[in-house]
Amino acid sequence: MNMSFGLFARQNYRVLIALCILLVTFVAFFSLHPRHLSVYTLTIWANQGTCLAFVSMSQAMVVLTAGIDLSVGPILALSNSLASEVVNGSPSHVAFGIFLVMLAGLACGFINGLVVVIGRIQPIVTTLATGTVYTGVALFIRPTTGGQISEGLSDALTSNLYGIPTSLLLVAGTILLIWVPFRRTNLGRGIYAVGSSEGAAYMSGLDVNRSKMAAYTLAGLLASFGGLFIGLQTLTGDAMTGPSYTLISIASVVLGGTSLSGGIGGALEAIIGAFTLRTINSMMFFAGAPPLAQPLFEGLILMAALSLGGLRLIGMRNRLDLWQ
Amino acid sequence: MNETAFLEVKGVSKHYGGIIALDNVDFACCRSSIHAILGENGAGKSTLIKVIAGVVRPETGQMKLEGREVSFTIPSDAAREGIFCVFQELSLMPDMTVADNICITNPPRKWGLIDYRAQLHRAEELLARVSCEDINPLIRVSDLPLSRRQMVEIAKALGRNPRLLILDEATSALTAADVEKIFDILKGLRDEGLALLYITHRLREAELLADTCSVFRNGEHIETFSQGHKTPDEIVRLMIGRAVSKTFPPKPQREKPASPAFKAQEAPEERSKSSVTPGQTPAVSMLDIQGLSWENRLHDISFSVRQGEIVGLGGLDGQGQRELLLALLGVLRGVQGVIKIDNRRVRIDSPSKAKNPGYGIVMIPEDRKTEGLLLPMSIRENISLASLDKLSRASVINRKMENARVEELVRQLKIKIRTLDDPAGSLSGGNQQKLVVAKWLLLGARCLLLMDPTRGIDVGTKEEMYSLLRRLADQGTAIIFHSTDYDELVGMCDRVIILYRGRIVRELVGDEITEHQIVASSLNLTVDQTGSCQE
Repeated sequence: MNMSFGLFARQNYRVLIALCILLVTFVAFFSLHPRHLSVYTLTIWANQGTCLAFVSMSQAMVVLTAGIDLSVGPILALSNSLASEVVNGSPSHVAFGIFLVMLAGLACGFINGLVVVIGRIQPIVTTLATGTVYTGVALFIRPTTGGQISEGLSDALTSNLYGIPTSLLLVAGTILLIWVPFRRTNLGRGIYAVGSSEGAAYMSGLDVNRSKMAAYTLAGLLASFGGLFIGLQTLTGDAMTGPSYTLISIASVVLGGTSLSGGIGGALEAIIGAFTLRTINSMMFFAGAPPLAQPLFEGLILMAALSLGGLRLIGMRNRLDLWQ
Repeated sequence: MNETAFLEVKGVSKHYGGIIALDNVDFACCRSSIHAILGENGAGKSTLIKVIAGVVRPETGQMKLEGREVSFTIPSDAAREGIFCVFQELSLMPDMTVADNICITNPPRKWGLIDYRAQLHRAEELLARVSCEDINPLIRVSDLPLSRRQMVEIAKALGRNPRLLILDEATSALTAADVEKIFDILKGLRDEGLALLYITHRLREAELLADTCSVFRNGEHIETFSQGHKTPDEIVRLMIGRAVSKTFPPKPQREKPASPAFKAQEAPEERSKSSVTPGQTPAVSMLDIQGLSWENRLHDISFSVRQGEIVGLGGLDGQGQRELLLALLGVLRGVQGVIKIDNRRVRIDSPSKAKNPGYGIVMIPEDRKTEGLLLPMSIRENISLASLDKLSRASVINRKMENARVEELVRQLKIKIRTLDDPAGSLSGGNQQKLVVAKWLLLGARCLLLMDPTRGIDVGTKEEMYSLLRRLADQGTAIIFHSTDYDELVGMCDRVIILYRGRIVRELVGDEITEHQIVASSLNLTVDQTGSCQE
């Protein structure tokens, strides 16, 4: 057998660490929870993490190419605002509305990709600028919080199905129907190749630009899923929901074990990171920390979790490996 | 020859800024032939290859493939015509597995999705074709040593069914055994009807392998001839445009009585300047290593290096040579054993400590692009980087002093530059390597660790490097020199230490240093007194 467990563990240690942290926080959270683990509490837990999970997946696409996307928050806000206008009415209207929102997300991501690829502007600057534009468009659509989102859809997608939270099924569906097949296409592999070594990918005759375009466009789509889901939770649209999600999505991508220098990680890792972060958030509430002290404790726990990723450095005998 | 030309290039020119890389070049290569391209740094070989592979667009000229005019704007255009390149700068994705890399452009697919099992099979097949069955296709490329990566790269190129395969210094990181394998493979490919372009700095390889040779100089195509029609001497003269007397500078005599082969002919004025009088054994031992061990890679290594001595580090690839040098530089953690400098025990735990004046140990690394230079920074900044303490007062860099010292070194090492402000990355390989050397010369290193310093460098620069090293040694620098090229060890070193599986298996001194002895010891064979065996 080519793939021994040792090799698997060594190549995937980042994810394994992230998974352990998630398990620990999950257990801690539900033992602190006054109503303990039940379908009801699990559903609430899942709903709280889902939006961030989508946004983090979106961020991960761009981070895999060694970029950073500062427009995931604004795209989320834009899709959320748009959803509050179009995702309501009869089932066919709702379906068409969802289609429009997804189209908007794709378009935003596509524009990011175009500017990065054709304009050759660094991703962080590009998405800072385009993100501001998207926020502007979102404000134009929804100047004040409000609008309407189909309650029937909301009820269906934020509850549970045979005891499994529907939101988790949505996330799993996204992984199975979008991420897994995508990863196994040339385009998906191209994203990893570009992040790992853009020069080598180019020299190998890969279409580097097409891979980048794919990464940004897919990121836009996933961010719009986040906007839709937050709309289902709040039943309204809000053009200002974005900013907090942008930075926290980067944190959860890293927490999940995706490398900011690109080429390592993926959507699954991002989801693990997102749920870990949200669990830490909610834990503060049940642990009875005074509200003003919550950011402090949250930050400390986050730092501790991230530094676990540095544990591998202890066993490192060759200091040159520190930078690899 | 022209009627059967597979690829024909006519009147191709390319400038980089004010530097002419290719000047109205005509070139042709044929099927079923291995065509060696020889030339110094900046001779235009690499640019020509890049034009053919679609990486660089020429300003003028045209290209014909089988008589049909073609023009490539990106590498995939060339790939579509079956033109593939194994570049000097490795083109593998380090974070991806060997199998992913080998099948990167055209992985086997099922239902439109990549079929991992088929991909694994294909990778295994191709690795077997280059006799590298020992490489696990599921391991990440970043976990492989340089020489294995190069084999993977060749496997990758073979997997794309090339019609024209270009190898740019493809053997520079390989061990002798791997080179032989590759040669057999290349000859097999030639017999299958492929056109092969082989760029090398090693004349010996061209001799062994090529059917046709072309020499380039200063962006011009000087001459093409069938292999065997010129002596190595004539070829070298074509390459550098002047005659060369001898490749290696003469060694000073030590210990052993004078042998006619090493008659000292060096210029006396060089000698008088040096702090150590050559011709007699300097008693001062600069570096003493006793019982050095690290993990399971180095075992009980003991040796010493005197001032003014060049000690070679030989052996097969990956026997602990790199680790030994890194241990001396303080890069490795958990090193056991004693390191003494000037008879005082020292504990070095980082390169920045190693370079401080008391120790003065510095390293010229294997990969100048990642560990030797900061490519986007200027030539000036690269040279002064390690000596900023010396060049600054109260942490403010004295620009005047910096400029003066840097300019002096650039002149002294004959580094070809336009201005000091150009990025280091704009220089050719040989000149980049000179920058690395200049950096440490400015610091005034006492002990120089060299890791295959002439890899991918042309003959002319190599010679300059050799005489520079000898000059430094004569001035009292202790030098530890690892090379995969046996000729270099024979020609340069006063002593050669052979490592095998992290142990010293042999120490060769003076006349014992012959290619035969080195090869035999590298394989850890016990040799009887052979004496007669020479290059």
